[in-house]
Amino acid sequence: MTTVAIPAEAAVRPRGGKAHAFFALLARDLRVARRDLVSFSIRSIMQPALFVFVFAYVLPRLGSHGGASPFGATPPGVPSFSTILVPGLVATSIMVQGLLAVTAPLMMELSYTREIEDRVLAPLPAWGLGIEKITAGAVQALLAGLLVFPFVLLIHAKGQAPVLDFSRWPLLVGVLLLASVFTSAFAMLLGMVIDPRKLSTIFAIIIVPMTMLGCVYYPWAQLSSIRWLQYIVLANPLVYISEALRSALTPEIPHIHVWILLLVICGGIALTVTIASRAFVRRVVD
Amino acid sequence: MPDLAIQTIELGKTYRSHGGEARAAVNGLSLEVRTGELFALLGPNGAGKSTTVGILTTRVKPTSGTAKIAGTDVAADPVAVKQRIGVVTQHNTLDRQLTVMENLEFRGRYAGMSTRQARKRADELLEVFSLTDRAGALVQTLSGGLAQRVLIARAIAHRPDVLFLDEPTSGLDPQTRVNLWDILRSMRTEGQTILLTTHYLEEAENLCDRMGVIDHGKLLTTGTLAELKEQVGDETVLTFTFSGATEELAGKAQHAEAVTTAEHEGQVLRLHTKEPERVLEWTLQTAAELRLPLQDVQILRPSLESVFLSLTGREYRE
Repeated sequence: MTTVAIPAEAAVRPRGGKAHAFFALLARDLRVARRDLVSFSIRSIMQPALFVFVFAYVLPRLGSHGGASPFGATPPGVPSFSTILVPGLVATSIMVQGLLAVTAPLMMELSYTREIEDRVLAPLPAWGLGIEKITAGAVQALLAGLLVFPFVLLIHAKGQAPVLDFSRWPLLVGVLLLASVFTSAFAMLLGMVIDPRKLSTIFAIIIVPMTMLGCVYYPWAQLSSIRWLQYIVLANPLVYISEALRSALTPEIPHIHVWILLLVICGGIALTVTIASRAFVRRVVD
Repeated sequence: MPDLAIQTIELGKTYRSHGGEARAAVNGLSLEVRTGELFALLGPNGAGKSTTVGILTTRVKPTSGTAKIAGTDVAADPVAVKQRIGVVTQHNTLDRQLTVMENLEFRGRYAGMSTRQARKRADELLEVFSLTDRAGALVQTLSGGLAQRVLIARAIAHRPDVLFLDEPTSGLDPQTRVNLWDILRSMRTEGQTILLTTHYLEEAENLCDRMGVIDHGKLLTTGTLAELKEQVGDETVLTFTFSGATEELAGKAQHAEAVTTAEHEGQVLRLHTKEPERVLEWTLQTAAELRLPLQDVQILRPSLESVFLSLTGREYRE
């Protein structure tokens, strides 16, 4: 090693603003995500695609051939199961992939590797870094939702096609964006409070009940025959995302009023973003 | 850039335990490091070195006093300070998801470089730090020494005014450590202001313009090596271990000629002197008269270690 020359142009030192730092950090997270795109896609698509394959293709086919199946041909006037499933499965993908994409890496960076110390030194307030992490997570959650869309839309038996209404597309776009941010902020909050050693247990404890009781496979209104359950599931954030997508895609199917849904999701975002970014600042600044 | 690269005035950081008990990690620390200096902060474990560096690098909030980097207050404008500093922390905080090249590139981009500028700068650094053939390697695959080189290269990617290195060579093999010293020396020649904390006294002796000794969160003294030696009066420290209590011997030693100070604790007697040969002879003779068998003797000539010992009253622990 001869010299660590700091070249003459050193005089022209970068003086980027906070926004520049924010987008550079986002670019870093997205580059890492892009590298993982294939496995991310497979992870995102596999479960919902197989789900619609079995429930919207295999079982209806068995039923229509007189086999033992809960599904026969859908009587006219009754929505097909796939119509119920599309918003639910897209919501699940956003939620589950959002959790996986944000929580585990964040916990690693915060505790085990302490890599976050490097990111914290980017010229940005610590809360800005928290917001950046939420943004990067939201992009991945949104991508997971979009990836799943064509599969749940197209995989079904004859006569089982989902009946969707895309005329309310601005609402659909808005709900997808809000749901992604909500998920990401919620995931970050979990990353703050969970003990890293218990991560896989917590995921198992959270994700399964969340999806089974997240109004994914049935609209919330139908739970009216099981009153107590109908109220309990309101604690589940996924319920609001599933129902909001339902209000955008299948307005014909009874759902919670769209304004209530948007209010809950926006309130949830405000609350989780505030708590998560505060907790984040406390973790990275001593 | 202002004349003072680092300035702290009565800096303090008090932690509260869950029981509400207060513990001062940094306690009224006032320090000045000039632009272009290579300054070492020396102190035993738990002396407050890392907390001080933590405050100066915006990762720890001070509870009292002020700290400035090139005139900018650390607590008031941490974002501006982050723009001006490069930091090598104690643990390896390289971005494990990125390659060596990308680690350098993104550090530049975070600090405001365009992608093109940042890549150009990264290429330069790879070259200078002899890392070009590892540019595409993921950082997990690097040895400790290589990882440390990347950490330092990354810390200066955005050309900071002040570079902080917290125990940069602990855990490295001697050869790698000497290589790093070369790197630091040449950066110093280029005019880079550097503050390092270290466990190794020889590191401070070999590298630094000035150094500060810190203990219990306070700065005990600062100066060049020569100045520090002068401060403790060029004394040799003789440390004897006997197989019995040294109280009586210490009492006599206090009045013995050529002994400046005598300290004792159990079987250990420590004498400070400018005439070590004479004091050694006297001690052996007197101990024999007192029938006190000698087990061990250590002679510490005036050095940073003896300075350290007389200031902190503790052996330097590595």
